[in-house]
Amino acid sequence: MSTMLHLINRSPFDAPALESCLRLAQAGSSVLLIEDGVYAALGKAAHAAAIGERMDDLKFYVLGPDVAARGLEDKPLIDGISVIDYGGFVDLVVEHEVTQSWM
Amino acid sequence: MEPWEEDGPEVVKRFMYVNRKAPYGTIYALECLEVVLITAAFDQDTSVVFVDDGVYQLKKNQQTEGIGMKNFSNTYRALDDYDVEKIYVEQASLDARGLTADDLIIPVEVVTTENLREIMAQQDVVISS
Amino acid sequence: MAYDVNGTIHEADEEGYITDIGAWNEDLALMIAKEENIDMNSDAWEVVNFLRSYYEEYQIAPAVRVLTKAIKKKLGADKGNSKYLYELFPYGPAKQACKIAGLPKPTGCI
Repeated sequence: MSTMLHLINRSPFDAPALESCLRLAQAGSSVLLIEDGVYAALGKAAHAAAIGERMDDLKFYVLGPDVAARGLEDKPLIDGISVIDYGGFVDLVVEHEVTQSWM
Repeated sequence: MEPWEEDGPEVVKRFMYVNRKAPYGTIYALECLEVVLITAAFDQDTSVVFVDDGVYQLKKNQQTEGIGMKNFSNTYRALDDYDVEKIYVEQASLDARGLTADDLIIPVEVVTTENLREIMAQQDVVISS
Repeated sequence: MAYDVNGTIHEADEEGYITDIGAWNEDLALMIAKEENIDMNSDAWEVVNFLRSYYEEYQIAPAVRVLTKAIKKKLGADKGNSKYLYELFPYGPAKQACKIAGLPKPTGCI
C-alpha cells in the first residue's frame, strides 16, 4: 500500500473537494490544505466537525503563507492541524509515494 | 467648458455587485472590485454585497508577502473616497464561517437574508462574481 | 516604450506608465515629467508624493474626482480643487501625476 498526500486547494464552501477527500482517504494518509482550501482549517467554521471526525486516522496540514494571506492568523485553527511553510510542503511531497490533487 | 469642469452623469442606474468568491484563489474578487470603482467613478448608484465566500474578501489582517500577490484588501478602504456607502454583508454567510463584523476591514451593514433579498430586488443591474 | 535613466532602463506600457512600481525613483519621475512637459515645482511634487502615499495605503491610483477630494481633506481646499490640479497637470491630474509617480493608470479612467 502506498502512502498518499491529498492536496485540497478549493474552499470547502465552494466545492465538495474536501468532503470527497474525507470520505475516500485511506487511514494513515495526509491531507494538506492550500490556497482557498485553508478556509477549512478554521476552528469555528462549518467544516470543523467533518475534519474532527478524521483527526484520529488522517494527518492534517495547512500552508502557513496561504493562511496569512487570507488574514486568518488571528483566528483559531482546528486543534491538531499542523501549520507548515513551503519547505514543509516539499518535505511532505517527498515523504509520500503518491500525491493526489482534489480539483 | 474648462477641463476641470465636470458634467454630471446623464443617466444614473442602481448597480449592485454581488461578491461570492474568496480573494486570491481566483481573480474574480479583484476584477469585481475594479469594476465597482469604475462604476462609482461614473457617479452611478453603486451597492456592493458580500455573501458566501465573498465575505472572506473583507477579512482583516491579510498579509500577502508570503504568496507574492498584491494585498488588495486595503483597496476596500478606498470605497469611502469613491462615495460607495452601500456595503452589505449577509449575516448567515458570516455565521457559517465563524466570522463577525469585527473581523472585517471596513464598516459594513450586516443584513439578514430577508433584507438582502429585498435590497437585491430594487436594483436596475445586478452583477455577480 | 521605455525610459533610460543614466543607463538604467525602465520598461513602460504604450502610454508611458512604468511597469515596475518598485523601481521608481525621483530621477525617473523627472524624466517622465519632461516627456509630459510638466514643470516639477514643489507644488507638483506635493501632488506626486501625495499619490504615492495614497497608493501605498490603498493599493490603487485614484480617479481624478477621488484624488481631488482626498487632497482637499489632507491639504485644504486651496489645493483640493480641480482648477489648481489642472493648472499643475493640464492633461489630467490623475493621469499625468500618476504616470510621473510611477503608478498604474487611475482606476476609473478610460
